[in-house]
Amino acid sequence: MSSMNILGTWTLFQRETKRFMRVKMQTIAAPALTAVLYLIVFHYAMGERQVPGLDVDYFTFLIPGLMMMAMLQNAFANTSSSMIMGKIMNTHVFLMMAPISPTEALIAFLSASVLRAFVVGSVLLLVLLPFSDLQITHVWMILFYGVCGSLFMGSLGLIAGMWSKTFDDMSMVTNFVIMPLTFLSGVFYSVQQLPPLWQSLNEWNPFFYLIDGFRQGFIATGDSDPVHAIGMVLVLTVSLVILAWYLWKIGWKLKD
Amino acid sequence: MTALTIKDLNKVYESGKQALQNVSLTVPKGVFFALLGPNGAGKSTLINILADTVRASSGSVSLLGHDLLTERAWGKRHLGVVPQEIAFDPFFSPREILHFTRGMYGQKRDEAWVNDLLERLELSEHANKITRQLSGGMKRRLLVAQALVHRPKVVILDEPTAGVDVELRKRLWDFIRELNAQGTTVLLTTHYLEEAQELCDHVAIINQGQVIASQSMQSLLGDVASSNLCCRYEQPVKLLESQKQALQAFAPRVCDGVLCLNLQHQEGQSNFDAAYQAARQALGVPLDTYIRQENLEDVFLRLTHKDTR
Repeated sequence: MSSMNILGTWTLFQRETKRFMRVKMQTIAAPALTAVLYLIVFHYAMGERQVPGLDVDYFTFLIPGLMMMAMLQNAFANTSSSMIMGKIMNTHVFLMMAPISPTEALIAFLSASVLRAFVVGSVLLLVLLPFSDLQITHVWMILFYGVCGSLFMGSLGLIAGMWSKTFDDMSMVTNFVIMPLTFLSGVFYSVQQLPPLWQSLNEWNPFFYLIDGFRQGFIATGDSDPVHAIGMVLVLTVSLVILAWYLWKIGWKLKD
Repeated sequence: MTALTIKDLNKVYESGKQALQNVSLTVPKGVFFALLGPNGAGKSTLINILADTVRASSGSVSLLGHDLLTERAWGKRHLGVVPQEIAFDPFFSPREILHFTRGMYGQKRDEAWVNDLLERLELSEHANKITRQLSGGMKRRLLVAQALVHRPKVVILDEPTAGVDVELRKRLWDFIRELNAQGTTVLLTTHYLEEAQELCDHVAIINQGQVIASQSMQSLLGDVASSNLCCRYEQPVKLLESQKQALQAFAPRVCDGVLCLNLQHQEGQSNFDAAYQAARQALGVPLDTYIRQENLEDVFLRLTHKDTR
């Protein structure tokens, strides 16, 4: 049978969604609290200062960055935790035994990642909005970077989950790859504040384009050229989705 | 039509270990088929290839006339597999797991069938608990329910009763027998050989990655099984190497401290006398002797040349 297993895809999406909804405190409430804590700390540390070169106050600059950072981290966590838990607890065999093609599996996993990212992003926006007069200026940019960022990170989470054999392997990816790239991507500062060498290096950091582009959807200004950023994000996202699909298809690190 | 036709299946792992060597096997449709073999013989590798959790190195597998290795989606919809290792999703209850599993096989929710499965596998009381709270035996039964929830035509049970108590095991087998009577083909691996002998009408024995016997249970026990001369001595027997050599012609084994010698039958005559004299010469006059017909376990041990020989 070559037709798509729509019910199977929908069921897998539901399973991946219910999984994160079962632990709401960890997946939704905790990122919201972390973002509020960041805001409080930076509010007192930075006062009423403006971000150099962007003509926007630091507080307003910070909120979209924090939102996007949480969205990216949660999109990654949704697929990576599902994969690594499945491997450790051996439940991944049920997925491999089911008549779900690589395309169907990817649609289900990545849709759940996007949903989790947007749920977390929306909760953060609702929690942080009272602290600021943030406006939405380009909805399409917020949606474009939000969706692409979630697909990018969801795919990365799938690949990291396939690669990892232990929770320690996964922790290594999270702490030594994802965290540094996120923190050094301009969530907390404008890259124009960096020395020229770091500015050049930042041009190779995909998180920089995702966070800066998402932020431009709110404050209508940023550090990256919009056309260049959209191109970079599209190429990186499509490439990573295709890579995740291919690795799933060949059963990389899943099948002997 | 056959349920499963396996031809020249080979599996060489990355480590270089050859787990399966030109395995060919036919499982007729509607039978209760036992796949037996010592630990590490290749049974699980074979099952995992059928389940698509391990890749075959070469060979072909046909399920109900469809090429399983190229028409995976079709094959998976008609195959249910109980994996050997206990696995459970700690986030969900047995009922949710069964609904999810059925949905992933592309089948609409069927509350009545899920309830029936939960009841027959004695999980109804625990249907809404989180799976972490289930005992080992319950988790094993949940695996059986998961393999059956999409009503497959062929079911593979990889040691489904390990850790399940005797009473529950009996009821589980009654249920599987019912499904088999309704037309479901069952392929079973188990270390409980008495169970296999009682349940299965066909048997294959696999050893060191090769099929060494595959026939109906009746013909295996009729053709291959023979009788044993059993000699009991004052002390439980422990065979020395020299005694094994002296008794080599009778495939000597020690079962519960009793020496068992394989008897050959030809034209209505057996070599009983020669076996008795050989036992006397090697170990002395026995306290007691008796003849015992071989069962599946004896045949299995003899064919796989193991342990107590």
